[in-house]
Amino acid sequence: MDAPAPTVTAVANLHYAIGGRTIIGDLSFAQKAGEHLLLLGASGVGKTSLINLLTGLATPDKGSVSICGEDMASLPGAGRDDLRRRTTGIIFQTLRLISALSVRDNLRLAQLLATGSVDDSKINGLIDAVGITHRADARPRQLSQGEAQRAAIARALVGKPRLIVADEPTSALDDHNAEIVAKLLLDRAEEEGATLLIATHDQRLKAYLPNSMTLQKAA
Amino acid sequence: MVRLSIAYLRDRPFTTLLNIILLGLATATLIILVTVSTQLGTRIEKDARGIDLVVGAKGSPLQLILSSIYQVDAPTGNIPAGTVDLLRRNPSVAQVIPLALGDNFRGFRIVGTEPAYLDLYGATLASGKMNMKEGEALIGADVARVTGATLGQQFVGSHGLGSGEGAGQHEHDPMTTVGILKPTGTVVDRLIIVSVPTVWHMHGIEHDHDAEHKDGEAHSHEEGHDHAEEAKPDLNDLATGGERTEMQADVTALLVKYRNAMGAVSVPSLINAQAGMQAAVPAIETTRLLSFLGVGLDAIEMLGWLIAFTGGLAIFVALLNALDAREKDLALLRVMGATKGSIFGTILVEGLLTAALGAILGVLLGHGVIAAAAATSPRLQELGLNAFAFHPAELAIIGAVLGIGILAALIPAIRLFRVDLTQILARAA
Ligand SMILES: Nc1ncnc2c1ncn2[C@@H]1O[C@H](COP(=O)(O)OP(=O)(O)O)[C@@H](O)[C@H]1O
Ligand SMILES: [Mg+2]
Repeated sequence: MDAPAPTVTAVANLHYAIGGRTIIGDLSFAQKAGEHLLLLGASGVGKTSLINLLTGLATPDKGSVSICGEDMASLPGAGRDDLRRRTTGIIFQTLRLISALSVRDNLRLAQLLATGSVDDSKINGLIDAVGITHRADARPRQLSQGEAQRAAIARALVGKPRLIVADEPTSALDDHNAEIVAKLLLDRAEEEGATLLIATHDQRLKAYLPNSMTLQKAA
Repeated sequence: MVRLSIAYLRDRPFTTLLNIILLGLATATLIILVTVSTQLGTRIEKDARGIDLVVGAKGSPLQLILSSIYQVDAPTGNIPAGTVDLLRRNPSVAQVIPLALGDNFRGFRIVGTEPAYLDLYGATLASGKMNMKEGEALIGADVARVTGATLGQQFVGSHGLGSGEGAGQHEHDPMTTVGILKPTGTVVDRLIIVSVPTVWHMHGIEHDHDAEHKDGEAHSHEEGHDHAEEAKPDLNDLATGGERTEMQADVTALLVKYRNAMGAVSVPSLINAQAGMQAAVPAIETTRLLSFLGVGLDAIEMLGWLIAFTGGLAIFVALLNALDAREKDLALLRVMGATKGSIFGTILVEGLLTAALGAILGVLLGHGVIAAAAATSPRLQELGLNAFAFHPAELAIIGAVLGIGILAALIPAIRLFRVDLTQILARAA
């Protein structure tokens, strides 16, 4: 018998308000390892805010957020930084590739920061896996939207995270590229043993992730 | 992380280049200043060592010192050779070395003197014989190197002390190189040493004509910048030479060393009492010269530091501007696990790197300019300027420039240290 899969994310009774306006009111959910989750919701409903809470970039007003068994909200700043670094790969909505560095160097830097060393064979493997081998030495602004998205996916994976959060990874892509990116995310997460949490308003993704949850506007 | 700093520098090549150039110019200016002033100072001191007094024709004492000790300016004129004996009879005088100037070979001065002159500068033979019979010449190390002259080679001197086009060749017997001297790091390296009678012979003194030939006035003109004037002395010689029947054996200057402290009191007054003669004290004149130079050097030094300060300011502004644009990158680095300290470090490294490249450029530029100046200006060569000697003060200059780079980066880095970068990212996500 396999040991029971560990819990990767656990959100309980989460409340979050910005400037007195409630963005998230009483949200709870959990993911065990390998349980990829699609978090659907219209624009402005609070998906990005939730990702900020999960990654410790924002602090909840009530409730708890725990990542791999550690309560993010109760940790001091440096502890959050460390928990995030050890556990989570983030794919930002605006990608945030560093424009002064080549794709490869973006990956190397991310790996250095996450693990303290650079493993070029791992990096080359990831670059090959996301299919941007021929663009590895290009600057981010020379990439197409689809290529840049793939580069950001590869970067989120270089530190061997247990959780990958992706904010609108397909919203800016056409159907063809959206399919490539969705499959890539799933394939890579399986391959690297990471659990996916994808926040999006893109209904197309329901076809790839059966496990979904719809975020409603807080009352 | 250093690669990131480099990447950021490369990402704005023009700003980076400008900052590097500014600091490079500052470093170069200061290095040139240090090199020239110390080498000049050492050289000035070295060439005048062991000479208490210079006796020559009336005129500017500084000119007398420059022409007779450093061999750079035109002589003030000539004095009767009899002065040598006059001084040698004086009990307070330990040594008198006569110098007879007036000719050059391919720009190198031919100096008629006595073996004691070579002893004064510790000149020894590299090859040949230490002979100074009439018609025999010993050549300095630089002369040998530049002219490629070898032992036994014959050459004919030209009128005047420089290699100007106006200078005519003597139609007398050529001199023969009998010895080549080892480098001494003094004025001797650039001289052709002969006996005093050899110089007289060149000017036909023994043949009872043309005594006016060695007229000091003529040499003053020849050494000047106006080449047109150089023809005049020869015309003058032709016109007046025949009228001068009195035979006159002149020397240009005498280098005097005192036997005792009394010399400093009695000898100058003895000389200054003679018609058309003056005594100049090298120590006083060189101090005067250096104080003139000092004012200029101080101004250049201030300019150098001003450029360095401008360079620092430019780095400061560039970093401050860059940080605004880069805030999100740096926030991302924090989110990906970079500590505040390492972000702080990248910014300092960026300032330091710019300054370091500036310093390297400055060292190369500084020594390059000195080398180029020494190669193109014979005057600087005469001063023995060496582009490849490194002065310890250069390390201090480099250190200061690096310090400026760090300092310029410090304020932007501190500013960034104080904002919570992760909040920037959360807000803008
Ligand atoms: N820093 C902020 N200040 C004020 N309002 C904000 C801020 N960030 C987000 N909001 C608001 O919170 C709501 C949720 O935003 P967000 O989490 O970005 O939604 P989503 O990602 O689902 O589109 C929006 O109405 C947005 O305007
Ligand atoms: Mg969003």
